[in-house]
Amino acid sequence: MSGRVLRRHLASRAMTAVVVVLSFTAVLALLLILGNLVLKGASSIDWAFFTKSPVPAGQSGGGVANAIVGTGIIVGLAALIGVPIGVAAGLYLAEYGSGRLGFVVRFIADVLNGTPSIVVGIVAWTFIVRPTHGYSALAGSVALAILMIPMLARTTEEMVRLVPHSLREAALALGYARWRTSLEIVARTALGGIVTGCLAGIARIAGETAPLLFTALGNLNFSVAITQPMQSLSLQIYVYATGPFDEWHRLAWASALVLMGLVLIISITARWVTRQRYGRIR
Amino acid sequence: MVASANTRLRLEAAHLTALFGQHRAVRDVSLLFPAHIVTAIIGPSGCGKSTLLRCLNRMHELTPGASVQGDVLLDNVNIYADDVSPIELRRRIGMVFQRPTPFPTMSISDNVAAGLRVNGRQKSSDVDDAVARALQQAALWDEVKDRLHTSALALSGGQQQRLCIARAVAPQPEILLLDEPTASLDPAGTQRIEELCHALNRLYTIVIVTHNMQQAARVSDYTAFMYLGSLIEVGKTNELFTKPKVEQTEAYITGRFG
Repeated sequence: MSGRVLRRHLASRAMTAVVVVLSFTAVLALLLILGNLVLKGASSIDWAFFTKSPVPAGQSGGGVANAIVGTGIIVGLAALIGVPIGVAAGLYLAEYGSGRLGFVVRFIADVLNGTPSIVVGIVAWTFIVRPTHGYSALAGSVALAILMIPMLARTTEEMVRLVPHSLREAALALGYARWRTSLEIVARTALGGIVTGCLAGIARIAGETAPLLFTALGNLNFSVAITQPMQSLSLQIYVYATGPFDEWHRLAWASALVLMGLVLIISITARWVTRQRYGRIR
Repeated sequence: MVASANTRLRLEAAHLTALFGQHRAVRDVSLLFPAHIVTAIIGPSGCGKSTLLRCLNRMHELTPGASVQGDVLLDNVNIYADDVSPIELRRRIGMVFQRPTPFPTMSISDNVAAGLRVNGRQKSSDVDDAVARALQQAALWDEVKDRLHTSALALSGGQQQRLCIARAVAPQPEILLLDEPTASLDPAGTQRIEELCHALNRLYTIVIVTHNMQQAARVSDYTAFMYLGSLIEVGKTNELFTKPKVEQTEAYITGRFG
């Protein structure tokens, strides 16, 4: 009798140990990356790094202000395009997507979710860069938006599905039309989760490089024109890290640290939004 | 039939059959709901009493695969006629569900006002008055008057259910449908809701579905007993419980099945 209890006790301990070790391994990867970035990048970050554009190769000094602003513009524009479409698609899937069209949309979103981002870059190049005969920030934003839409559609769908059916019925019984029920009751109740999903999606595309390589292209000068090539942090890292100069490598590490910091800030904001504001999901 | 001569006819189900796919959940039910009278529908689980209730404000048809045959007459107009808008209809018939369903993103006041706002009534002083009146009718005013603009989720279960009653009566519907409104409440909460039924039947025609026979006996003037989708017997509540005419009714109310 007590032997069986002991065996169960040991098995329980062993399983707990396995789970703890494995989850620590998962966290370890993040800690190693962050630690390495801080170690190699932090020393190069100063005021000029945020305020100055790059200087010609071989010279020291300069910063990545153009890339930071560029990332903001390209990602912001991508969110402006992608968030309404993605959230609307998710709301459609959750509220009206039980039929054949819903199945097709859901399937396409899943396939698109698994598409390599460089393929999406080629699509944007084919349909925007080639016809307009020019690389542009806008083309990069469209590529990132295409990456974002299926992600947002599926997370929004899941968040909206969490809203209890009884709330829909309560609204309909009060004389709400179906579309008003979807927007004013269901979407509003799920808003916290939807906002979190959007921020997670933005954080995810902020670090994308491949779709920007032949759309936004990159730009060594400070530029805010969305019809012209524009630099982004990820492109800057790609160019500097593969270049021959020690100064470039130094700036690449620092840029990576800044990009990582931006993504972390967005992710933490997402957590904070869910906890602080909007309605809870019951 | 059961409606006495001095009560005006309001709502009537006529040969009503409700289906889920091929399954007939309500079978050829004809039943009068006289005005300003509380009618209780009782019966064992799955007898179709909730489905019948949901046919009265066209909520049944929202379930995928559900359909309705027969008529429901509201002031002699068939609510299933082509030119009747279910949305307009539901604004005339309030409904309260088994579990409290306050809108979690809205304050107490906004919850009560939801049915008014969706009706297009926007003038804020009118809405405030209607909210206060509805909360008083639902006997919740004294408990929430100092925190009308706080979240409705902070209320207790019983208070939330009274909030839902306030929300249902705020647009001043003609009929109130209660679908086991006390199923998730404790005895004290149940008693308050039952007292409300008594207080509200001067203003509204009330149909209450309950599986609790004592509750039906306490709150209703007429009681209808359903079994396996069919209406078995309907009559004045005290007569149905003391001298049932049909053997199945007697078996159910004396606890021999169900």
